[in-house]
Amino acid sequence: MTSQPHRLPDRGRVDRARPLDFVFDGTPLTGYRGDTLASALLANGVHRTGRSVRLGRPRGIHTAGSEEPCALVQVESPFPEPLVPATTLELHEGLRASSLAGRGRLSPDQDPARYDTLHAHCDLLVVGAGPAGLAAALAAAHSGARVVLADEQPEPGGSLLGTGEYVDGLPGAVWAARARTEIEAAGARFLPRTTVSGYFDDNYLLAVERRTAHLGDLAPASVSRERVWRIRARRVLLATGAHERSLAFADNDRPGIMLAGAARAYLHRWGVLPGRRAVVLTTNDSAYAGAGELAAAGLDIAAVLDARPRPGRRAARAARAGLDVRAGQVVLGTGGEEHLSSVTAAVRGDADRTAQDLDADLLLVSGGWSPAVHLYSQSGGRLRFDEGLGAFLPAGSRQRVESAGAARGIGNLAGCLADGAAAGRRLVEAEGFPAGRTASYATEPEEAETPPVHLYVVPGRGGSGHARHFVDLARDVTVADLGRATRAGLRSVEHIKRHTTAGTGRDQGRTSALLTTGALAQLLGAEVGELGTTTFRAPYHPVSMAALAGRDRGRLFDPVRVTPLHAWHTAHGAAFENVGQWKRAWYYPREGEDMAAAVERECRAARTGVALMDASTLGKIDVQGPDAGVFLDRLYTNMMSTLKVGRIRYGVMCRADGMVFDDGTVLRAGPDRFLATTTTGNAAAVLDWMEQWLQTEWTDLRVRCTSVTDHWATLALVGPASRALLAGLAPDLAVDNDSFPFMSLRDAVVAGVRARVCRISFSGELAYEINVRSWEAPAVWESLYEAGRPLDLTPYGTETMHVLRAEKGYPIIGQDTDGTVTPQDLGMSWVVSKKKADFLGRRSHSRADTSRADRPQLVALLPADPHFLLPEGTQLVAEDTLPAERPVPMLGNVTSSYRSAALDRTFALALVKGGRERTGQLLYARTGEALVPVTVAHPVLYDPEGERRDG
Amino acid sequence: MTAESVPRHSPLAHAAEHFRTVTRLSGGALRLAEVPYLTQLTVRAEPGGPAVPGAERALGLRLPAEPNTLTRHGSRTALWMGPDEWLVLAPPEEAGGLEDRLREALADEESAAVADVSGQRTTVLVGGPASQELLARGCALDLHPRAFRGGCAQTTLAHAPVVLVARGAQKPGFWVLVRSSYAGHLGAWLLDAATEYTSVLVREW
Repeated sequence: MTSQPHRLPDRGRVDRARPLDFVFDGTPLTGYRGDTLASALLANGVHRTGRSVRLGRPRGIHTAGSEEPCALVQVESPFPEPLVPATTLELHEGLRASSLAGRGRLSPDQDPARYDTLHAHCDLLVVGAGPAGLAAALAAAHSGARVVLADEQPEPGGSLLGTGEYVDGLPGAVWAARARTEIEAAGARFLPRTTVSGYFDDNYLLAVERRTAHLGDLAPASVSRERVWRIRARRVLLATGAHERSLAFADNDRPGIMLAGAARAYLHRWGVLPGRRAVVLTTNDSAYAGAGELAAAGLDIAAVLDARPRPGRRAARAARAGLDVRAGQVVLGTGGEEHLSSVTAAVRGDADRTAQDLDADLLLVSGGWSPAVHLYSQSGGRLRFDEGLGAFLPAGSRQRVESAGAARGIGNLAGCLADGAAAGRRLVEAEGFPAGRTASYATEPEEAETPPVHLYVVPGRGGSGHARHFVDLARDVTVADLGRATRAGLRSVEHIKRHTTAGTGRDQGRTSALLTTGALAQLLGAEVGELGTTTFRAPYHPVSMAALAGRDRGRLFDPVRVTPLHAWHTAHGAAFENVGQWKRAWYYPREGEDMAAAVERECRAARTGVALMDASTLGKIDVQGPDAGVFLDRLYTNMMSTLKVGRIRYGVMCRADGMVFDDGTVLRAGPDRFLATTTTGNAAAVLDWMEQWLQTEWTDLRVRCTSVTDHWATLALVGPASRALLAGLAPDLAVDNDSFPFMSLRDAVVAGVRARVCRISFSGELAYEINVRSWEAPAVWESLYEAGRPLDLTPYGTETMHVLRAEKGYPIIGQDTDGTVTPQDLGMSWVVSKKKADFLGRRSHSRADTSRADRPQLVALLPADPHFLLPEGTQLVAEDTLPAERPVPMLGNVTSSYRSAALDRTFALALVKGGRERTGQLLYARTGEALVPVTVAHPVLYDPEGERRDG
Repeated sequence: MTAESVPRHSPLAHAAEHFRTVTRLSGGALRLAEVPYLTQLTVRAEPGGPAVPGAERALGLRLPAEPNTLTRHGSRTALWMGPDEWLVLAPPEEAGGLEDRLREALADEESAAVADVSGQRTTVLVGGPASQELLARGCALDLHPRAFRGGCAQTTLAHAPVVLVARGAQKPGFWVLVRSSYAGHLGAWLLDAATEYTSVLVREW
């Protein structure tokens, strides 16, 4: 086979000096830089690109752009990508692609390419760089306004690239390139290969720029493959053009049948004649220019079938130029197996008597043009049906958006240029940027237009039905399918879309929507305008998940918060636990230790020696003001205003429903100054809660809250030997129990750093929390660690903290509670003030439901087998056999479960119905298929007298 | 032993070398550097109330009244953070002294408050002609000088809460104030975002 037998020697915008080898369906072929896969295939005489999704019929290249319904191929390399339109796939070295039968294959491999995102803001976004869009951007760019011009093609020009028309005496593509240079020189941003896919509220639009895929193997790894542009525009001009559509005649889907405008584009843009002998079928004037140009380039045009009884002046001129124009004729059907071989022409309405078979390998169809109103509709814009044009046109939007050119039904070049220029000027001036003089553009004169005929379905030979009259080539939907839907009683285009799937393909019905509606109108005896359109939704064009993810993947998916001591933990082999966004040291396994062994060792150190934990993630809120005490009294269930300066109190907060929301300590640093700590996960929520009450309900309180969570690092020094160690590092601090009692604070220099030392214990042991400025924490930690070596100071993590606190029956809010638990349920009635007039949640505590006796209550569980570790979440039942009753009546569930070195056994905390009354009872825990006996115990299992906290 | 002799460790100390690499490889397009240990004070007072003039005298600069604006005087900056909240930035050596002077000036003002938050956030300098575009990769705000006139905003960058401060007309770029715990994440994100300006990914640590 000759290389590229359908390529003309001197036409098109491909670079003949840059041949490119590629492979399609295993066959090595050659094209040129500037080709799409479709144009290169057509140059090599290949039309068929696959089979249809439902019926398996051969399908080929139908269009020359992103509206392609058929020629969707699988890219095999460089990176596998399914369902890529051959008509937009830029040819590049190393491309391997395969035909498909309507479905593609996703790669199981991780996409190695970068994808990223950029936020952009502009005064005017112009979508589409065809004649209207370019004219608009030219008019706007010099005004000083920020202008962005986006176009899905690799170069500007839009339709000018494919029509051979001239502007200002220049070939359209040359004029477009110059316009781009001028626009960019004026400071506007031109985004090629960029499809605006979503139009959301507040003029927020989402576009995808394809940046390196066209470079194939040469794509630099440091440049993103695709970029999602998130554009906020003061004004938007949609110059999105129009899509040509086909007609529904019998066997209108064979390879070799394409839209008339597409064939014209293959000639002008790529120098390809997609066939040898063609029949043209049209309902309007637009096909004539292309037909004449294709004939002049050497295509044998067997006939031009014009469905209009009086085709008018352009048809007459074509006839004078030698084309066989047949007025009032249409296509009855086509022949050919893998490729079109014949076309049956006939007089419309007199098919059986006038049918004539014409040999042809190409059938060019123009059923009219549908303005691309998708984005306009997405913006919230209304559409109206223009009877004269036979098209849905923009008719008002709630957003600041306009349409120009073919996107609002303007059918000729001069009109599009003038319309775009006027719109560009008007929109920037509306934003206060004077646009100056607006240029006017010279175009070639055109004959007056003859109105189109609105034809959708061409009946086949008598009684042949409509089972091969396709309306949607992408989804294999026929007029017969529409007939079945209407006979089932469906009338709404929305219902019929869902019933038949018409318009739901990758192309979202670009070329088929109006044809479908037109066919439906005929079936229902309704008007197209009254049937309307289906709702246009984002995305206009498929957007890959990888592009949407952008850089938000892997480590950058969600922020990771770390404490100032994170590097130390890492260097010392800590395993980490995620707590919200925080990474917390979980435990520090030594050589050969598993988690259980490490935790047991850390627990023993804390109970018998000295241990050190990073508690910096605790939320810390500075509360200042003369009413701070009153404020905290309302917020916490217990009394805070009576706290003496220098003292600390544990407190619980409830929501208005009386359920525990958070807990922590409150210290009083001065008469008007407190510091409240929160759980790690609730720091932001508690501050929000405080601000909500201060700003909306208690506006009279003179209180200021400031987050200081990251300002302070907190080092918890725990264990009987902690006092001696601290004393050594803080020589000026009196550490004896009388000078520095439990639940008090001292400002002191520790390891050379000004610190706030608090005697707080979350383990029951003698313990200190040393608070220092975040950037000083590593030095203080190191000093403690070094000074602690003779005492075998042991760093410990959150798991050990959990075990130690559970041995003491201290609940963890969010683990032992779930938003349905009151302080009383936790056995903490002592923390609920009886004296205070009110506090948040107080009234809810006297509701019948919160005071009933069989509420779930926090208890400890001791498995009969002291080595058996109950899984957290285990359900509890009363009997050692499950009753027949369903659902099985549950008594409660395990909320925490650990191995305890101090108790030399396993134990658990659980919420159990009426649990406190059940102390000593035997219950059963359902684990797997087994029912494990457990004994209910008081939750404080270790040192119930509290003798250890003072050392 | 005095506090000054203890080694400090800033949240992005480990990224300093990588920031220098980006600055070098970007060929002048970008400048990344941590500006650590700034004195930072949260000042709360009723706008227009009696506490404001005292605070302004103690600080030697006016507290901005308009949302998302800032004032500068010498090496001090005051950022508008809310109708009754400002964040005052000053050089590290002013820690303590400035807070004491402010507290003294506001001693009789019951509705005013001062909190030292110097360790709460660190500061990243994102400078150079490409700085605006670099931040636009992870920040939805319009940072064009015409739009970002106030020069200061609280927003999110790379999903982390930050305060953005424009450096001023003469110096293209921003200060990004980020909470210490988020600084490592933001640093990693900045290095990744700089890839197209350096042509290589300057590895996260």
